Amino acid sequence: MDIVNQLQRQYVDFLSSLYREGLLDDQFLQIQKLQDESNPEFVNEVVTLFFEDSEKLLHNLAVSLYVDQQNVDYQKVDACVHQFKGSSSSIGAQRVRNICASFRTCYDAKNLEGCLRCLQQLKDEYYLVKNKLQTLFRLEQQIVAAGGVIPIMG
Amino acid sequence: MECNCIEPQWPADEILMKYQYISDFFIALAYFSIPLELIYFVKKSAVFPYKWVFVQFGAFIVLCGATHLINLWTFSIHTKTVAIVMTTAKILTAAVSCATALTLVHIIPDLLSVKTRELFLKNKAAELDREMGLIRTQEETGRHVRMLTHEIRSTLDRHTILKTTLVELGRTLALEECALWMPTRTGLELQLSYTLRHQNPVGFTVPIQLPWEIYAWRGGCSSARQWHVHEMELVEVVADQVAVALSHAAILEESMRARDLLMEQNVALDLARREAETAIRARNDFLAVMNHEMRTPMHAIIALSSLLQETDLTPEQRLMVETILKSSNLLATLINDVLDLSRLEDGSLELDIGTFNLHALFREVFNLVKPIATVKKLFISLSLASDLPEYAIGDEKRLMQTILNVVGNAVKFSKEGSILISAFVAKPDSIRDPRAPDNFPMPADSNHFYLQVQVKDSGSGIDPQDIPKLFTKFAEGKALATNNSGGTGLGLAICKRFVHLMGGHIYLESEGIGKGSTAVFVVKLGFPQRSSDSKLPFVPGPILSASQGRTNFPGLKVLVMAENGVSRSVTKGLLVHLGCDITIVGSGDECLGALTPEHRLILLDMNLPGTDSYELAVLIREKISTRHERPFVVALTGTADRVMKENCMRVGKDDAHESEELFSVNSKSTTA
Repeated sequence: MDIVNQLQRQYVDFLSSLYREGLLDDQFLQIQKLQDESNPEFVNEVVTLFFEDSEKLLHNLAVSLYVDQQNVDYQKVDACVHQFKGSSSSIGAQRVRNICASFRTCYDAKNLEGCLRCLQQLKDEYYLVKNKLQTLFRLEQQIVAAGGVIPIMG
Repeated sequence: MECNCIEPQWPADEILMKYQYISDFFIALAYFSIPLELIYFVKKSAVFPYKWVFVQFGAFIVLCGATHLINLWTFSIHTKTVAIVMTTAKILTAAVSCATALTLVHIIPDLLSVKTRELFLKNKAAELDREMGLIRTQEETGRHVRMLTHEIRSTLDRHTILKTTLVELGRTLALEECALWMPTRTGLELQLSYTLRHQNPVGFTVPIQLPWEIYAWRGGCSSARQWHVHEMELVEVVADQVAVALSHAAILEESMRARDLLMEQNVALDLARREAETAIRARNDFLAVMNHEMRTPMHAIIALSSLLQETDLTPEQRLMVETILKSSNLLATLINDVLDLSRLEDGSLELDIGTFNLHALFREVFNLVKPIATVKKLFISLSLASDLPEYAIGDEKRLMQTILNVVGNAVKFSKEGSILISAFVAKPDSIRDPRAPDNFPMPADSNHFYLQVQVKDSGSGIDPQDIPKLFTKFAEGKALATNNSGGTGLGLAICKRFVHLMGGHIYLESEGIGKGSTAVFVVKLGFPQRSSDSKLPFVPGPILSASQGRTNFPGLKVLVMAENGVSRSVTKGLLVHLGCDITIVGSGDECLGALTPEHRLILLDMNLPGTDSYELAVLIREKISTRHERPFVVALTGTADRVMKENCMRVGKDDAHESEELFSVNSKSTTA
């Protein structure tokens, strides 16, 4: 029971730190709540979907902004960023979403440099959040393997 | 006849002859009578070992006598026969006397030793006599002692004992005077307490020193009495007995006094109890009356203030009304608390035992506290052990009150950090309260278990010195008071009473100010019986309750139009979780195709490429024209700004929300 308590404590601390740093917000909690017996892998599925989606979107954005810098298709950029914003806010990746907002002002103003900068930031934030989420899942697996219950956060 | 005598026979002197004749005659007589005497007396005596010797002796004497007798005939001329008889007699006599002489050699030492033995026995007898005398004296003494003891011990009164002692001693030993010295309070001196003759003894004191003698005695000692050993022994024994008797008397006195004291105390206690009962009754009556009297106006204030709040007020007025409401609520809580507490104190409160869902209770508490925690930016987590039964038997309302109070305190006194609530079944070892280890050692039986709840916060902590005060009513620690907590201080006291009623205990731990604190309480709950609730699973699990509790909208038909992706998954997950029956479509045409009057709610993603959601909304309205069948249409958008909202309203959408707000919206809108 000690190990489980330790792991649970670790999990709670880690998750709290993610919230504190603004990486995740309440939305993620809500998603966690949706996971239950009838839907045991819900969070996993959603997050995996998010990862896949985001990789695709980032790829598209990179293509749009880097390939033909003279004729940037800002509509496409708009569409990608919009979708990114949607999915990141659905999952609660707060910082990613915020960057999407500032990205929008850049491409609204058709500011290529700004867009490139935002894309870079977006990539950084995305990979950071991805990393953290993967660590979180590992902790969850450890707790379950040790026979404990994953604490519900509020 | 010629005689061969040498000397010529001189003519027998007549006189000499006569005297010889007489002497011989008497000798013979004597010689004959002695054996007769001997025989007679020997026959008389019963014991005489030497009969044969006497026969011998007798024979010897008889023969001697015979000889002398026969000698009588030889004085005159005698015949030969006489001579022969004489000779025979002489020979025989000679033989016997020699034999006797020989025998006597053996006998006389024996006879002499008999004499010695007789002397010895006489001495012995004298000695025994002396000893007998001694024993008799001792027995005499013993009798005296017994009699004295009896006299002394027949009473338990000190004075009687001592007086009796003196009197009896005086009588037994024939005393002139007898004095009793007793040690004074200081124990260093002996004081004259009682005397036999002089009725009022002067209080002489003499320091204790051994050996000691009294040199001067009033009246003086007339003679020196020789004290016999047995008399001294007697006095010693009596002294011992007196000591024992005195101690018995002292003990008896003591116990009598104690008994009297106890009786007095009993009476006083009885009186106090009756007074206390009267006081309690009076207080209860007062409380009951006041309770009703106080609650009625209170409720009136609260109700009217709430109503007032609903009306149009200036901001100032609104502020005032809110303050009034808050204060009234506080007051109402205080009144309830006070009533509860006083009922708890005199044990008139009884638990409402019933079966309830333990997991659901925790979740409810969690949900109640979460908003406040979120506002204060505290992270709160709940962890229920896997072996925690789902259902339990106990007082649900009061258990919740306790948990809420404890968790509420944790939230109240934490400005930042996290709060960890954990609940599990306590092991018998961990039940022990570190503060009172002898308090609850009994392990739970098969019908009960001990629920242990720990609430750990990383808040302001508690000074360890203040911890005992926390559970006392109306007492606040210094740190608490400065925080302007605004609590009445009754909460923890009530919790403690509840917990004790539930057969458990509660304690708080903290390492100090600023180091957070942990509240732990253990209560005894019952296992629900299998037979009564057959539906309930005995294996605990959050499974059923979660989905059961969450099915707020069972079977609600919802139509979701959203692009494939994360948002759609999340939305779908939420709605499924809520128990809705959802249909997902990917475009406006599909949406219109799938729409039926049974759909109560339609969620439209505003940014679905290739579809104008505004147009779609209009088309939906047209499709379902009858008002009461019209579904609720909600737009999901990334930016719910005012412009968007206006546009939505224009086309008849009922509401527009950002996707994050979806969850709370659903509850609100669908219950409409």
